Amino acid sequence: MSDLVEEKRPVLSIRGLNTVFKTDLGRVKAVDGLDLDVPAGATMGIVGESGCGKSTVGLSIMKLIPEPPGRITSGEILFEGEDLTKLSNREMRRIRGNKISMIFQEPMTSLNPVHRVGEIISEVIRAHQKVHRKLAWEKGIDALDKVRIPSPEIRINDYPHEMSGGMRQRVMIALAICCDPTLIIADEPTTALDVTIQAQILALLERIKKDLGTSIILITHNLGVIAENTEQVAVMYAGRLVEYADTATLFDAPLHPYTRGLMLSVPRLGGKKDRQSRLNVIPGLVPNLLSLAPGCRFADRCAQAMDVCQRSEPEISIQDGKHLVRCWRYA
Amino acid sequence: MHTFIVRRLLISFPVILLITMIMYLIINLAPGDPIDMLVGQEGLSPAEIERIKISLGLNKPIHERYLKWLGQLAQGNLGFSYLDHQPVLDRIAERLIPTFSLMFFVILGSYVVAVPIGVISAIRQYTWIDYLATAFAFFGISFPNFFSGLVGIYFFSLILKWLPTGGLETIGQGFSMVDRLYHLLLPGLVLAFREMGVLVRYTRSSMLDVIRQDYVRTARAGGLSEWSTIFRHALRNALLPLITMLGLTIPRLFAGVVIIEQIFQWPGMGRLAIEAILSRDYPVLMGLTLCTAVMVLLGNLLADVLYGVADPRIRLSGRR
Amino acid sequence: MQGVADKTALQEIPRQTFRRLAWRRFLRHRLALAGAVIVALIVLMALFAPWLAPHEPNRVDIMLAREGPSSGHLLGSDVVGRDVLSRLIYGSRVSLSVGLGAVGIYVLIGLVLGCVAGYFGGRVDMLISRLVDAVLSFPVLMLILVIVGMLGPSLFNIILALGFLGWPEVARIVRGQTLAVREELYVVSSEAAGARSSRIILKDVLPNIMSPVIVNATFGVARAILIEAGLSFLGMGVQPPTASWGNMLNDAQSLSILETMPWMWVPPGLMIFVATISINFVGDGLRDALDPKLS
Repeated sequence: MSDLVEEKRPVLSIRGLNTVFKTDLGRVKAVDGLDLDVPAGATMGIVGESGCGKSTVGLSIMKLIPEPPGRITSGEILFEGEDLTKLSNREMRRIRGNKISMIFQEPMTSLNPVHRVGEIISEVIRAHQKVHRKLAWEKGIDALDKVRIPSPEIRINDYPHEMSGGMRQRVMIALAICCDPTLIIADEPTTALDVTIQAQILALLERIKKDLGTSIILITHNLGVIAENTEQVAVMYAGRLVEYADTATLFDAPLHPYTRGLMLSVPRLGGKKDRQSRLNVIPGLVPNLLSLAPGCRFADRCAQAMDVCQRSEPEISIQDGKHLVRCWRYA
Repeated sequence: MHTFIVRRLLISFPVILLITMIMYLIINLAPGDPIDMLVGQEGLSPAEIERIKISLGLNKPIHERYLKWLGQLAQGNLGFSYLDHQPVLDRIAERLIPTFSLMFFVILGSYVVAVPIGVISAIRQYTWIDYLATAFAFFGISFPNFFSGLVGIYFFSLILKWLPTGGLETIGQGFSMVDRLYHLLLPGLVLAFREMGVLVRYTRSSMLDVIRQDYVRTARAGGLSEWSTIFRHALRNALLPLITMLGLTIPRLFAGVVIIEQIFQWPGMGRLAIEAILSRDYPVLMGLTLCTAVMVLLGNLLADVLYGVADPRIRLSGRR
Repeated sequence: MQGVADKTALQEIPRQTFRRLAWRRFLRHRLALAGAVIVALIVLMALFAPWLAPHEPNRVDIMLAREGPSSGHLLGSDVVGRDVLSRLIYGSRVSLSVGLGAVGIYVLIGLVLGCVAGYFGGRVDMLISRLVDAVLSFPVLMLILVIVGMLGPSLFNIILALGFLGWPEVARIVRGQTLAVREELYVVSSEAAGARSSRIILKDVLPNIMSPVIVNATFGVARAILIEAGLSFLGMGVQPPTASWGNMLNDAQSLSILETMPWMWVPPGLMIFVATISINFVGDGLRDALDPKLS
């Protein structure tokens, strides 16, 4: 991966990450041997359908995987000279909410209903900075202001249920930025929101990135969101990284058959395609992680599968210096 | 909030009415009269029996008698006991304190002990603490309270001679708080044993539920210490359903109280109920029914009010 | 947060797999298994009582009264000379009848009323819900005591009383479940196909709401057994000479018997405890198996 030279060093590097869940039906590797570099000062997207492991990556970085049934079994997550997987819970606490923050999908349930917004934010501030209540409260108002909540000095006294979904998500973002983190992990931050609010929230994240120089990992299943808001993209399938490139490159010339299939299945308005009567779909279903066949995980759905694809799994190969793909066609 | 309480009280009236009506009906379905109880004892002639019947108003039809009872009630009169002709109100009043002191002791003790155990059990799920606490809880809810009462008396009173076998106080001694507590201990513990079992399970399950919530994950993601996360976020929310429990505990305890008072000769309302049923003392029964119905309804009301105070989502719904 | 594990690539779990999973989960719960075995043994004891009991349970023999355990009477004899062991065995019949009888009645009533309230909604729902609230406001024990005290203490009366007072809890659960299930695709499609309401309720709604009802019913059996035992102990339940574990403990209210003749009261008390805790374990195991999220 050291071939992958950026002008700046990546803010976070993942090497060989394996996160496993024990379920009633067996062991499931939600993230399988992931190598990924998160570039500094940019928004990197992780895209894939439900169950591909993208959320698990985010939770693994934050070490928020629920211990039974999940566990990071091997790998490294390198951040600011430390391997996060080796840190104790106490040491991780220094990092969570402080150096790396996370925004979750469900704003409606992610804020404690019995606490005021101000209490929630100032609590996090005081956990990381030695300030007294009043100052923490002011910083809270400041954070609410940064996320463009009107009349923040009044709204800071509200309870979460007194706010709309879009506002609550802004509060979550305020919570994420209140201690000036280096990296924000946004896990489907707009999936549960209206389309109009989605655009506002994503624009907000973009602005924060510019103003504060934060790096962002944007996890989503929505290609449209990826296209508009990210500089690099990682595509995941069945727990594995299958493609990685600059966003422009990915959309111009996707390499992996799965990525291609995803692009084609997005309905488009206008143009010759308008005349098509059927939507393109990728035939078949996502493989059952409990009983994986040998070979490439996408093989049984791939229109361009070859014999070798059924027999063994391809490794990552590098195309054009920066474009990574896991496919026998490019090995 | 005030409108809420007033409305609830207003709805309670017809319910209490209904309960007393049904009770009156059932009581009068019993074969025989309370007079029959007296006849056997005193050997009265039929004419005298008739006279007594008329004086007690037992010759009138049911609905008339019920309305008469209601009328008396409205004047604050609960009637007179068939057994000893004392005012029902007095007879019940003198039993209130023993029963309530027992219940108070049990509720206080159970909550103080059981809630922390339930919380710890949930946080340390699947460890030996959890298994021990769960076993204790299961024992508590499965042990018939009269059996634990008997076992308790056997061990602590008869064998070890540490505690008295029953009664409110040692006869002959004047009023002494220590003596009263000494007598309260065994019946209280026996009742608390079951109550703690219920509470440990309930607390544990509520806590487990809350720990899985998204907002607890948000707290952890913010870098809060485990202590803060558990205490300020999880526990605060887990305790909410327990508050509702508090209101419902009183009626539930009453069932246990009836039996325990019998075993320990505790002069409370439970024992009065049994005596009244066995001796067909209708006025006392009706009075007790009224009391317990009011207790149940007040308990429910208390639970709802407390919940409204504790949960901001409910508290503020009137405001906006 | 529960979603994290769910979001692995597990496909939609079909019905038989659900049953298989539930069964596996239940079997893993050792206490529930132990409980189930004990319950089965008690049921067998009740069924085969006439063959298992060494003596006639109600046979009085003053000569043998208050005797401790001996070779002829393994658990000794009670105050009028009846064999304790035989009474213990026959007592299981009483407890099981109460448990199953009362619960059977109130589950039936609760299912019907709850389903109707949840499915049809509107005024019917309001009416039934008010009824549920009203009954739940009753001081239940007082009512049972009075009913049993007035109408005469008997097994039948207890079963009826418990049965007709215990349905509100089930009705509430069923109503809630029905409301949730009502909007599911398979119900709506049956309605669209023009099926009769009764058929929809029976085929689509009921099978999918049974889990919490089963759990509640199991715990209900344990509760019913405890209540009957308590009533019989007070002398307001099953009357002697019929043997009930509860009324066998009645004699122990005398301090002398309590102190000197433990064989009379310890076995029935223990039996009640063992039966109750076993049923409770089974209920817990069922709850874990049928919906792990509930525990």
